Amino acid sequence: MNPAAALEKTEKLLRFIGLELAFVDPDAHKPADELRALLVQLKEAVDGGAPDHIRELAVVALGLVEPLPGGTVVLSGETVARLHDWQPRIEEAVIAWSRQRPASPAPPAAAAASVQPPAAGHAAATAPEPMRPVPASAAGPAAASGPTASAKPPATGELVSILPADADPELMRLFCSEAEDLLRDIEQGVLVLEERPGDAGTLATVFRAFHTFKGNASVMKLAAMQRVAHELESLLDAARRGSLPLDRSAIDVILAGADLFERFIAELAAQVDGVNAGRQISLPMSSVIGRAQAALSGGPPTAAIASADRTRSSSTAVAGMSAAARPPAEPVAAPERVVPVVPAAVEPPAAVHATRSSADGSSAAAGGAVTAAPAPAAAGDATARAAGAAGLIRVDTMKLDGLIDLVGELVIAQSMVVQSAALQSVADEQLSSSLGQLRGITSELQQTALALRMVPVRATFQKMARLVRDLSQQVGKEIRLVLEGEETEIDRTVVEELSDPLVHMIRNAADHGIETPADRIAAGKEAAGTVTLRAFHKGGAVVIQIVDDGRGLSAARIRQKAVERGLISPTDVLADREVLDLIFAPGFSLAARVTDLSGRGVGMDVVRRNIERLRGTIEIDSVEGRGTTFTITVPLTLAIIEGLLVKVGDERFIVPTLSVRESFRPLPEMLTVVQGRGEMVSVRGRLTPLLRLGDHLGIRADVADPAQGIVMVLEAGQECRCVLVDALLGKQEVVIKSLGETFRDRLEFAGAAILGDGCVGLILDAGGLVRLKFRHPEAA
Amino acid sequence: MTHHGSPSDAPHAAAARAGKYLTFALGGESYGIPVTKVREIIRLCPITRVANMPPHVRGVINLRGKVIPVVDLRTRFGLTSAGDHDRTCIVVTQVSANAGPGSRPYGVIVDAVEEVAGFSAADIQPTPDFGGAIDTRFIVGMAQAGAGVKALVDLDAIAAAEVTSVDAPSIPPSSS
Repeated sequence: MNPAAALEKTEKLLRFIGLELAFVDPDAHKPADELRALLVQLKEAVDGGAPDHIRELAVVALGLVEPLPGGTVVLSGETVARLHDWQPRIEEAVIAWSRQRPASPAPPAAAAASVQPPAAGHAAATAPEPMRPVPASAAGPAAASGPTASAKPPATGELVSILPADADPELMRLFCSEAEDLLRDIEQGVLVLEERPGDAGTLATVFRAFHTFKGNASVMKLAAMQRVAHELESLLDAARRGSLPLDRSAIDVILAGADLFERFIAELAAQVDGVNAGRQISLPMSSVIGRAQAALSGGPPTAAIASADRTRSSSTAVAGMSAAARPPAEPVAAPERVVPVVPAAVEPPAAVHATRSSADGSSAAAGGAVTAAPAPAAAGDATARAAGAAGLIRVDTMKLDGLIDLVGELVIAQSMVVQSAALQSVADEQLSSSLGQLRGITSELQQTALALRMVPVRATFQKMARLVRDLSQQVGKEIRLVLEGEETEIDRTVVEELSDPLVHMIRNAADHGIETPADRIAAGKEAAGTVTLRAFHKGGAVVIQIVDDGRGLSAARIRQKAVERGLISPTDVLADREVLDLIFAPGFSLAARVTDLSGRGVGMDVVRRNIERLRGTIEIDSVEGRGTTFTITVPLTLAIIEGLLVKVGDERFIVPTLSVRESFRPLPEMLTVVQGRGEMVSVRGRLTPLLRLGDHLGIRADVADPAQGIVMVLEAGQECRCVLVDALLGKQEVVIKSLGETFRDRLEFAGAAILGDGCVGLILDAGGLVRLKFRHPEAA
Repeated sequence: MTHHGSPSDAPHAAAARAGKYLTFALGGESYGIPVTKVREIIRLCPITRVANMPPHVRGVINLRGKVIPVVDLRTRFGLTSAGDHDRTCIVVTQVSANAGPGSRPYGVIVDAVEEVAGFSAADIQPTPDFGGAIDTRFIVGMAQAGAGVKALVDLDAIAAAEVTSVDAPSIPPSSS
């Protein structure tokens, strides 16, 4: 590989690695095989001509993600922190390489030893190589000649202490959880601002979020965070006042700041719980502060505008100061750091005021009457927070699940009482009306209890907004993400489990689905591609659709690939839909479109498995040239399923409604027999094998002739199987219980539920029944 | 059927096994389990059969909203069962979980519960070797109690064997 190609490949890989790292959850102990695969590719790429120190960095990172004996890679929080340290260093080195000049002036080890004496030992312990020193220009507060907006600024981090020694753990947890909410508001708001930079409402929301964050950080004595929040708040304030247009570089800075906070908060939350207490982590503090100041001071366009801007802002500040009767000589604040001041006449509430003054330690010393933030905003903020505190409480999910379990039992106990033969024989109007009331209340209680676990999909969707933004920059395409139905509520566990599949599919849409702007224009489409993420309720389920208007899937090409890989034979007759379904087959990949993202061994089969684990389904629809739609259907909650109660002989079973495509009583002419025993049912012209549930489960069924019973068409993935039962007894919502270890090999059962009469009913697992293989009688 | 108790640890194991036992009847014989393992004793209730399990696994019951497995020790030990009658009951026990720490509920059907008896180390003798004709894997010792002898049952081993002794699943792991 020639150096130019190696460089290009390295840069591309680094972007993917950065994205991967952004979604790595420290301490989640999730497999990180994708990350490792990328790092392996990175090492190969840099071996093709990168300077030695970059190659060393690649080796270092690879060393951090050694797979376990089982072959999977699991990242500890510590490793993640190291990788976060590592990433800015290699990025900087690669930027230097791309400019064809020496990357590091001195061997990093020697430099770091002299620059960071207190942390040197620690740095050696946490990072394979000590951090590079911070360039003085970026660290200084007045970085007037700071980084330009287009070039990537130095991303070097500093080691930051996280948890103050005297912190109250309870307060700190509260701070963390509130901060997470604020950060979500910020990220979402900023993405809106990118679309509509002048949106006053959103600007105010984001500003307030930073402001509140800064105030809280100050109360918690988190000086480092307070300082960064302060700079970003100033930036937003300028934007709010219209003195600074929010261009892409400003948005980038704000997002970088939000990322920095997020990492800080994640580490803080872990340390409060005793994980790695006292550890310092590396955060690009001065980089963010420098970039914020540069953006505020006018940024890149021309020096003249920059200085004019600064003059204006400082003159405003001075005017404000005199109005507030402050001492004329403000000793500390450099022009960039002065926050515009409102007349002192508008006093904010005392609490906010106190927060403020300690936040701006220096200005507080200058005079007690500093009210840096516009009072109306601050007051509104305080009100909002008070309202939030009154309206919401945080509850441990374990407690919640316990409550929901108990309510489920209550409902069953209630129905046992109501149905009891002894009570039914009592002809008392009062009693029957009381029983009716009891039933009403318990069912309402159950609804309410289940609603407690429901959360809107908004947070997950918003994470995708950020992902699309980053991806579109990386792949050099214009991609618009449209979110619909963000308020749709769904069980918390389901939402969490959906996140990974969504990330994967959105990535696919951005990488493979949406064409380059040139291709799009050539095809007569808008230059910007659109990905729509939509959620809505349908029946007892939630439907989530990922729609892109990209190039679509070519059935012919999928077919060809499937034949090459031996998934189907060239003579197989498949409908287009079935061909599309082949992309869910394990190991399937459209090699014609291999990019750096492909070949990571993770495909749509994993997505489908994840969805099926949630008892959901995924379907694909695509028109070549027009786009692709993935439709995911998942149950509202994992605690309860809607099931069909069926009977075989004397036994009853529950079949999850979502797995039943249809059920009917077959006409005799629909039945076919092979080899005297293999029965098939013709369902809409397709022969589908019939499984007699009674025979499989060793139950003497009442119905011998399928034409007298009920055939249910169960589906799992692309496969279907007809299952014969005696009768359908009804439809019922049941609370799912695990069958426990004793029965863990019984794949035909998904669990158990307590039926209305107090007996246990087994829940059939459609996947288990559909994938049941023929077993030779002699082998049994 | 892989798990075999090692006879060498029997002598000092006997001392460790001294304590209170719940004794019960199975067929005409008498058995005991440590009372610390017993959670409650309930009357026989409707049992939901789970297909394709070994014959002694009777199924699952609803214990106040929890689904717990129930096994028939008479069948497990190959005794002729007189069927269920009015003294038949379910002893709900806690056995150690296979995966990870902790315990799980496990119901055992017995012909009748007898009493709670204390056995000292001197009362307990190692299980004799019956010459391979009799499966004594789950009997950890024999306790002398007055005129009778109680076989002390290792429920953890019984429960653990279930998880591994189930016939090869009729659905082979998909190898496609």
